[in-house]
Amino acid sequence: MATDCGSTTSKARFFKKLGNEYRFVASGEAPTTVEAPFEDVTLGVRNAIREVEELTGHKLLAEHGIIAPSSGKKKGVDLYVTTSSAGGGLQMMVAGVVKTMTAESAERAALGAGAIVMDVMAVDDGRRPHEKIGRIRYLRPDMILMAGGTDGGTIKHVVETAELIDAAEPKPRLGVEFELPIVFAGNKEARKLIKLILDKKYALKVVDNLRPVLEMENTDPARNVIHELFMEHVMSHAPGYDRLMKWTPIPIMPTPAAEGKMFQTIAETYKANVIGVGLGGATTNVYSIYENEFVRTVSANLGMSYSICNVLKEAGTENIIRWMPFDIDDEDLRNRLYNKMIRPTTIPQNVEDLVVEHAVAREALRLGFQHHKLLARPLRGIQRQRTIADIFEQEAFEETYIDMLHVDWLAGTGGLLSHAPRRAQSALMLIDGFQPEGVTNLAQDSVFMMPHLGVLSTIHPKAALEIFEKDCLVRIGICIAPRGIGKEEDVMKVVVRMPDNSVLEEQVSFGSIKKVPLKEGEKAEVEIFPFRGGDVGQGSGKRRKVVVEGGVVGIILDARGRPLILPEDNDERKQKLIEGFKALDAFPEKLYEMGGD
Amino acid sequence: MSSQAYTPGLKRKTATIVRKIRRLPIQGDVLVKRGDDVEADAIVARTFIPGEVHVVNVAGLLGTDAWETSEYMLKKEGEQVKEKEPLAMVKGFFGLFKRYAFAPASGTVERISDVTGQVLVRELQVPLEIDAYIPGKVVETLPTEGATIETPAAFIQGIFGVGGERKGRLMTIAETPNEALNAKQLRPECSERILVGGALVNNDALQKATKLGVKGIIVGGIDYRDLTSFLGYKIGIAITGQEDIPFTLIVTEGFGEMPMSEKTFSLLKKFDGKHASINGATQIRAGVIRPEIVIPRPELTTAKLGDFGEKREFLEQGLLPGTPIRIIRKPYFGALGVVSKLPVPLQTIETESEVRVLEAELADGRRVIVPRANVEIIEE
Repeated sequence: MATDCGSTTSKARFFKKLGNEYRFVASGEAPTTVEAPFEDVTLGVRNAIREVEELTGHKLLAEHGIIAPSSGKKKGVDLYVTTSSAGGGLQMMVAGVVKTMTAESAERAALGAGAIVMDVMAVDDGRRPHEKIGRIRYLRPDMILMAGGTDGGTIKHVVETAELIDAAEPKPRLGVEFELPIVFAGNKEARKLIKLILDKKYALKVVDNLRPVLEMENTDPARNVIHELFMEHVMSHAPGYDRLMKWTPIPIMPTPAAEGKMFQTIAETYKANVIGVGLGGATTNVYSIYENEFVRTVSANLGMSYSICNVLKEAGTENIIRWMPFDIDDEDLRNRLYNKMIRPTTIPQNVEDLVVEHAVAREALRLGFQHHKLLARPLRGIQRQRTIADIFEQEAFEETYIDMLHVDWLAGTGGLLSHAPRRAQSALMLIDGFQPEGVTNLAQDSVFMMPHLGVLSTIHPKAALEIFEKDCLVRIGICIAPRGIGKEEDVMKVVVRMPDNSVLEEQVSFGSIKKVPLKEGEKAEVEIFPFRGGDVGQGSGKRRKVVVEGGVVGIILDARGRPLILPEDNDERKQKLIEGFKALDAFPEKLYEMGGD
Repeated sequence: MSSQAYTPGLKRKTATIVRKIRRLPIQGDVLVKRGDDVEADAIVARTFIPGEVHVVNVAGLLGTDAWETSEYMLKKEGEQVKEKEPLAMVKGFFGLFKRYAFAPASGTVERISDVTGQVLVRELQVPLEIDAYIPGKVVETLPTEGATIETPAAFIQGIFGVGGERKGRLMTIAETPNEALNAKQLRPECSERILVGGALVNNDALQKATKLGVKGIIVGGIDYRDLTSFLGYKIGIAITGQEDIPFTLIVTEGFGEMPMSEKTFSLLKKFDGKHASINGATQIRAGVIRPEIVIPRPELTTAKLGDFGEKREFLEQGLLPGTPIRIIRKPYFGALGVVSKLPVPLQTIETESEVRVLEAELADGRRVIVPRANVEIIEE
């Protein structure tokens, strides 16, 4: 049995050994009960597990908690594990000396540990000391990560930051009487002074410098100690967690940390560059494993339920409306989303409402990825030889190292993606939100169990991997999308040698999208001739031959160009969207009846 | 297999026991004891929060090295200092020229750093008090943190609000729950009152209410645009209650023009002129916090509240045939009715999602199928 205590719902997933293999059996969900009036996380967990009991007839709960070990065929479990992002997850503040160097490394370390970063402070962030003190006081983080100075580098600025933190006297969010944990992962020469300033009032932990030299980032020690402190200081003070911790023999993991583990599993299993996303009710978590570099970002206020209006605020109505094949009044849209925000557990009942939510999801994904790219970039502060051309191309030099042409997998999880009635809908949301280029595998979590498997993998990797491959990872298909913009008359041609050796030739005009069915488990050889100026990984206009594996939707031929620009003319835009939806068989006919007018 | 079921509900009670935990954000002194009768304005607990901190770059101002800062200090750590008083001084060539670093505010010298050359001056502590919020009896004290106050009261929850705790007398402005509240209806006698409107409040009315000094407005719906201009910014996340606004606004139904539910309206109207304590604080996450209207009813005895227990039991059972509900999502948004059937198997709805549904008989006689997630129980 594995549970995830989410910000809105607690989700139970029941796994069982059937014959020789581990499989997913049933799931149950119930509202999370960490906050008032219940203030006991175990109530929500019990309710979710009770649903599983009802569905399976397997007795799981007793007065004291979960029955373990299993005592008979239909009673108890051998192992119970859980993740948690309830009560806002792990909320951290990070500080460093230089904003783009040690502070950025500290931010990556905290995000890597699955935290939500509330603020990044640096000596050069433009704020005056009293402003920073005011901010630290106001935030009430669960934990602070302090970095700064390479080993043997500045001490003064590091101490200055410690003095500011001390002056602010930050109080932890949970349990007012406890000491706030502070992790120091900066210049080792400054340790003695930092201890003098912070050791008495705070639960100070000193670990190896996360940026010992400018050329290297070493975030693991900081990340590990953050996990330790999360259990010791944060979780143990959240309502009901003391009891929940006794139910499970292994530490409770922050949800994004567990989710990230499974995306790493995809990268390891397929030896591939992977971008993953967890689109949740409160946050959007983006993960990239690119050239073995793992980066995780948590966009705290981009979510599909109680932070849905923040997506609206950041994206603007025009950007959301552009994904809808019908006209909608700006005001109507805003009122709808505000109503979703205040009643976040409601679900779309008609297709129109479903399309509205999917449009917002595309923007949440786009914005989340934009945020991610700001952190998935080369280390700053390293001396490099620059030519005149580099100086002119300064902007490009600062950009992310993720090249979409070399991303092999794009995978999604989270309630909205997992519950999308047709997989083609998730495919389109992922494609429109991330705009994959070249040849990219698309996959999604079947019923939202990646966090569960992530935490399970820390103790039983074999079971986690088996369930992941058989019941969790749904291959949606392959997206073939040339980079570049073509002209109306341009055409992308694809020659597919199907598993039965038949050859299929498809042509897609620039601006359009099509699909070629290819089932899960089936392989085909595809020869791609991009439209003029389009690049699918071999250079502009060059053909590419590749063997692909199918999925629920099949091979998606996306010749809409990259970057993806929708037609400016409203009617033409709606028409194009409808064509695309129809080509992928993404929605019921009813939607097209209301489009166009 | 998967299943999902929610039964969210807003409370609308004519008589109940309201308990409020009044807690300091940091530890302090509790000023009441168990059994005390308190007024809504009575101070229940008090603490002091550390004063503002000022950072003075002494080494920079004196032109000295950071490591010798202590040497030039005129004040020691822990010593009091007045605003503009010299903190540190250095003598120049042959003692002819003196340079000073002055205190930017009155307070205490908290830290002298020979590493950074900075000195921290902390202002005096600031008292922080919490009041009882509702009149009633202290039923429990939480040592160093606060107390729990209890009173019999009418209790109504809104769906969304902005602004924190406020107290005042209720004043019903709208004649019917369908009426929009406009500026013309607001007259000087609305000052200090909590106004009860109908289906909508517009920006003009909000502006006028500000001028008149009203304490609160309770209304069925509001347009997002008017809310944005009232606040001066767009709300992104549903966590409210800390806004710096002249009065508290409580929306009972949702965004857009929405007639206030008949039951809420008549309940508020029934208590026209009575004192109420309201709070717009809303937090929509696990364990939702909704805005509230508490109308203390000291005349009620425990005996009169006797049937409360039974009703509570009924509610805890969730949805049952006959349960009064309201639909909270399109295409039947706002419709009232009762549960007529609760089919067990999952059903496919128009979106093609397989969900748990219910059949409802609406007030107009129609029978409709809706996802269980899209209804709320009307608590009475």
